[in-house]
This record gives sequence, structure tokens and C-alpha cells, in this order.
Amino acid sequence: MTAQKKKKTIRMIPQARTPAHEQEPLERARNFLEVNLGYHVEDALLEAERCLMCPDQPCVRGCPVNIAIPDFIARITEKNFRGAYDVITSTNLLPAVCGRVCPQENQCEGVCTVGDTLEPVAIGRLERWVGDLAIKEGWSNVPYIEKNHFRVGIVGSGPAGMACAADMAKAGCEVVVYEAFHEAGGVLKYGIPDFRLPNTVVDAEIAKLADLGVRFECNTLVGRLFTIEQMVEEMGFHAVFIGTGAGYPSFMGIPGESLNGVLSANELLTRCNLMHARDFPNFDTPLQPGRRVAVIGAGNTAMDALRVSLRLGAESVSCLYRRSRAEAPARAEEIHHAGEEGVQFHWLVSPVEILDDGHRNVRAVRCVRMTLGEPDESGRRRPVPEPGSEFEIEADMVVYAIGTNANPIIGQTSKLKLNKRGYIATDDDLATSIPGVFAGGDIVTGAATVIEAMGAGRRAARSIKAFLGLRDTDFVYQDKQAGPEDSLFGIERAEHGYVRVRLPR
Amino acid sequence: MNSSTEGPGFEVVARQDFSDVTFLLEVRHPLLAKAARPGQFVIVMSHEHGERIPLTIADFDRDKGTITLVIQAVGKTTREMQQDCRVGSRLTALVGPMGIPSHIGQARKVLCVGGGLGVAPVYPQARAYKESGAYVIGILGFRTRDLVFWEDKFRACCDELILCTDDGSAGIKGLVTEGIRQAILAHPDIDECVAIGPPVMMKGCAEATRPHKIHTIVSLNPVMVDGTGMCGGCRVKLTSGVKFACVDGPDFDAHTVDFDDLMFRLQRYKATEREASDRFNESCRLRSQVQ
Repeated sequence: MTAQKKKKTIRMIPQARTPAHEQEPLERARNFLEVNLGYHVEDALLEAERCLMCPDQPCVRGCPVNIAIPDFIARITEKNFRGAYDVITSTNLLPAVCGRVCPQENQCEGVCTVGDTLEPVAIGRLERWVGDLAIKEGWSNVPYIEKNHFRVGIVGSGPAGMACAADMAKAGCEVVVYEAFHEAGGVLKYGIPDFRLPNTVVDAEIAKLADLGVRFECNTLVGRLFTIEQMVEEMGFHAVFIGTGAGYPSFMGIPGESLNGVLSANELLTRCNLMHARDFPNFDTPLQPGRRVAVIGAGNTAMDALRVSLRLGAESVSCLYRRSRAEAPARAEEIHHAGEEGVQFHWLVSPVEILDDGHRNVRAVRCVRMTLGEPDESGRRRPVPEPGSEFEIEADMVVYAIGTNANPIIGQTSKLKLNKRGYIATDDDLATSIPGVFAGGDIVTGAATVIEAMGAGRRAARSIKAFLGLRDTDFVYQDKQAGPEDSLFGIERAEHGYVRVRLPR
Repeated sequence: MNSSTEGPGFEVVARQDFSDVTFLLEVRHPLLAKAARPGQFVIVMSHEHGERIPLTIADFDRDKGTITLVIQAVGKTTREMQQDCRVGSRLTALVGPMGIPSHIGQARKVLCVGGGLGVAPVYPQARAYKESGAYVIGILGFRTRDLVFWEDKFRACCDELILCTDDGSAGIKGLVTEGIRQAILAHPDIDECVAIGPPVMMKGCAEATRPHKIHTIVSLNPVMVDGTGMCGGCRVKLTSGVKFACVDGPDFDAHTVDFDDLMFRLQRYKATEREASDRFNESCRLRSQVQ
């Protein structure tokens, strides 16, 4: 081989994106097993070939946690799969989760150079394949951790809390994660259904956190059992991270919302996923499944609610969205899968009333057709009702998946400053109005994605390290040669308050 | 958070049966006992395949580190708990205290009304009012004399206690609303009323105090899953709009509550609940046959 590796061109790579193995639509629409079966090793090797290894690396910038994507793909090509895992886990704790639930088309894959000409490299599928392989092989990267005397309390065991917990544990802190439910995982457990993200995958990732020394305390409602102030003042936590999520579901305030058969997507999904109502009567939680289900909204939660309803045995499942498909916030793959499974999409319609069957149950949803007008502040075209276009869609269950508001508990029970919408106010470093207390994820930004919450958890971890005067250990695990330039015993002179010594190799 | 003694779950340290449907469990959870305030509730899951059910905290003992739950065995889960929960057994999940604590204000003369499953939950409020220096009139409703419990506990913290039974076998004959009528007649200066019980009883109490413009608080018990504001199953209709009982309540001004809406919404899962109950009956029957 010549000194410089020959540069790949767009003509040299496999032209078509390698498809993932999937369950057949009609079969999977009746079971809760995972839809996307992922790649086999030969698929991963083939798809890895499609990366141009372009010097610009737009994908890395497109990733909220800046995974070194070309690096890990290169290791796959070299068949150094463990190496690929190490590259990913140096920035992303949960590859098996993120590979499944990230909206890659708006992130890494959306800016992929290959995507200018062909379909972009299937980065998400590759990441997932590496993550799954790691679970199967039992790999986990437990670094050498030099303990310090700091204790960090994390409120909420969802993606933001898990990401923050991992970073703080790696930095040597004693980390306790509090969760109100009886199982850890937050939205990954109660919200995202098994056919999209199996709970076994979530549990495997949580086990890796436990390996880092993170302690999970379930059945603990922070704010009410003890307050944020008590954590700082009485319980000996040197820093606290709040990642409680948004999770106070919105309704529209139209007539008929209190009819039986109207519920939030959160309620439907929690009953079905976390509480296993789908396995009634083996599990006790009830769920009156709908025969004709209408779901309002077109985000990922709406897609989950639609597809869960199908699997619970609904005859017809309709998605009602006031804008068009182009504006739908769900991942492209989810909309595609939902369509394949038989979900009927009603674009450009908005419910105006939920109609009663005379026994306080839902009979139908009265909707109005919309047209798209001028762009609003979000940049999307504002939907405007068409006069006289009202019509009814038959339904016996109506599910709201139109977003959430701020959960009020932390605000009710602490002096933390909130913003106008009731979310926790933070500065750019995610510090709240109480010293030592940081917050991130949906409770700061409002409903967003898993990877954005993880990004926030990691940003908060960096701020907490700065607050505690800890050396930022982010890059300790990279292969960068330590010293000798401007370093003392392998430690950059610019660093203060370091907690470990890194010996030059 | 696990209780202090070893093993997963939360240990039942005492049990008392008041009747063939009503029983008391005292559960060890020192932190919860310390944090609990009158009017708050917990969510309990009795076993791993169980459902999460909200139960009002009937008492808490900070010295012993325990909380007390009084449960009526009416559905599958509560009847199973009645059968399985013994001293030394453990609840899989116990989380709380949930909800905004009751506001124990400056009221000088207070009615504390409890009916059926609401008798136990109104006790911490009666005690708190007494401790705040108020004149407390307790009104408790039971079907019949044999079902009466905690009369002594209420006597200890109430300046007056009016027992009401449907058949007149103890106290006065009639519903708690009759007790309220008599109390208001004797005390025209009552400035607050707390009423806890089945929705139909709370509705009756609201109507009994409305003409006298007595500020009346009810504790609502709609269907819940998480109890943290996340599912919205517990939304209740007030004249001021829709609220979530778990995080905006459970206490609300009785004169603004749409009780009919609450009662209909409590029927949401009736069919599945009945199915679960029937299956439970069948399994009990089979079990007793085997034995």
C-alpha cells in the first residue's frame, strides 16, 4: 500500500444503501417484537464501505454529541469491531439506544456527503449494529476510576440523567440516580415501545452504568420525598442534576375531551409498555383497547401510539395531523413503518370536537380541513382552517400526542427559578438559580429527542466538573499521546484540580 | 428507595382488619414518614405484575418510621392485597408522598367529614387542624355499627364527633350529609369543611355546605398510573378548567368540582376491571377446592 490511502470517490462505493432486515409489515403489526432487525455482519461491512472518509466530516458536526463517525466506520471496515465500539462510547454512552431512536435524517445522515448524490450512509444502523454487538459480546468500557470525595445526585433516570450520571461516575464521583417509577430508564422504558427499542436493550445499557458504580434508587419522587434544597443542604450532595423531563401531556381544550376513551399518548404507552397492560390478565394494569383509534399529532410519540394500537388489535388506526407530511416531526423511518403496517394518515386535518355515543364513550372525532398559510415563528407554514370543511372520523378511542408541558413538581417544591413556560431556567452552562444545581433535557428545553437530552446531560456534566473543580475527563480515554508538550507528569499545565495522573505511554 | 431493613421492597410491619373488606397496613419507610403531610397520597404496587394504585396516607409515625394505609378490598388488586399482605411481607413499590399537602389554614371551626374509604384519609387532617388550634367537628359515616373503626383516634383529636350509620345502629341514622346539617345547625360559625369519601358522598357534602357558603375541600381519587403528572389519566374538570389531581391536587374546592364528570371517568376501565375481578374469584374458588 502506498503511503497515502487511495481516496474513495462516489463512483467507487456501493451505490445503494444496505437495507436493514425487518419483520414483514402485516406480521409485525400484530406483535410487539422489534420491527427493525438491524444488520448482519456482512451488511455492516458493506454499508461501511459506503463512507467516503471525506475530510470535511459534516456528520460529526451533525451529531449532537459529536461522535467520531468516520473513525468508527473505518474500524468496522478494518473488522476492528471492538475498536468501533470504543470510538463510539468515548462520546456516546448508549449506541444501541441511539442507533434506534435518533432522528438521523436530521442529524448525521442529513448532512452526509454521500447524501448529496446518493442515499446517505446508514450511520444509525451501523451505530446500532455496533451497540448490539457490544451487548451480545458483553463489552463495556469501564475505565480506571480514581475516586474523589464528591457526591452527585441525579434526578430522573431518563436519557439526560443517564448521560450525566455516566460522565460524573467516570470523573470519580459517587453518583446516585433517583427515579419516581419502579424501574429506571425514563422515557426509554415507559414511552418508547419494545418493537422500536426493546426493554432488554435499555436494561443492558443501564447495567453498564451500574458497572461504573452508579446507584439507582427507584420509587423516589424528588421534590416530595425530599427537596432539591435538602439534597444540597442535608443529604451531602455536592452537585445535583435535574433531568426530570417535560411529561405533563397537553390536551387541546376542545369539547368531549373528558369522555371515556380519550387519553394521552403517555398514558396509553405507559400502560402498555412499562405496566405491560398488553399482557393482561397476566399483568393487572387495565387498558380498554380501541377498535377504531384516532391519534392526534404526527411526532414520534404519535407514531408509537398508532403502532401500539395496531398491535393491541385495533381494526383501524388513523393519524390526524394539522399540517402535511413534510412538516410531520416524526422520524422518517417511523412514518414509513407506520404506513406499511396499515396506519391511515389524514394530513391537514384538525379535530374540533370529540363526539359522544350517548354513554359517555367516544363515537367519532369531528375534524376540519386545513390549508397551509404563511410560515410561523417555527419556520413551518401555519395551518389555517378551511371554512365549511367539517367532517367526522369514526373512533372509539382518541389519543393525544400533541406534546407536553413542564412538569410542575420541582417548581412547586423548590425555589428554583423557572421561565415563563414553567421550565427550569438555566444559563448557557445549564446552571440553575441555585448554586451547584444543574438541569438539562426536556425540563429545560421542552419536549425534544433522546439524543438531545443526552447531549444536555453531558453538557451539564462538564459544567458540574468545572463547578466542583474537577479535571474534565472527557478526553482521557482517547488515544491521544500524553505530553510532553507543555505538560507536567503527563498533565497539561493548563489544567487545575485534576483528579488523576495519566502516565505517558 | 428501599426501606432500611434488608431485601427489596417495602416491609409491612403491622396489619389490622376492621371488617371483611376494610384493612389497615402499616409499612416501614422512614423517609416517607418524615416527608408526609396531611392530604398526600402514595402509589403502591403490591407485586411485580401488579398495577399501580393510589392510596391516601391515613397516618404517619415519624418516630417509628412508618406510614399507615387503610384499604378497602373492592377490586382485584385490593382483594389480592387483602389476601397476601401480612406482617413481614413486602410491597414491590411504594412511592410518595404525592400531591400538594392540604392547606391547614387559620380556620377556627372546622368540619372533618369522612365516609367509607374516606374515613381514614381525613384523620391526618383532623389531627392537623386540632394541632393548629381549631375547634374540630368530626363526622364519620359507615353503613352499620360493625364497620366502625378509629372512633377512639378521632375522639382524641375532635372536639365533637358525629357518627352516622345508614341503619342507625351507631350514632345518628342517616348519611354524613345529615351529620353536616346538624353540625351547621348547632354551629353557625363553621368556616371550613374537609370531606373525603366516595365521589357521590363528596358531591352531597358540597351541596350541603354550598348554601351556607362554607369553604369546602374535597380530596379527589381519579384513575392514575404514575402519580407524577406524566400520564394525565387523573384529569378532573373544575369550573376554572381541567387539572391533574396528582400534581395540581388531590385537594380541590368542592364547589368548583364537576363530580358527575369524575364519576363517569372512574368507570373508564370498568369492563377490564370486572374481568380481572372475575378471574380472581375463579382462582380463589379453585384454590379453595384444591385445599
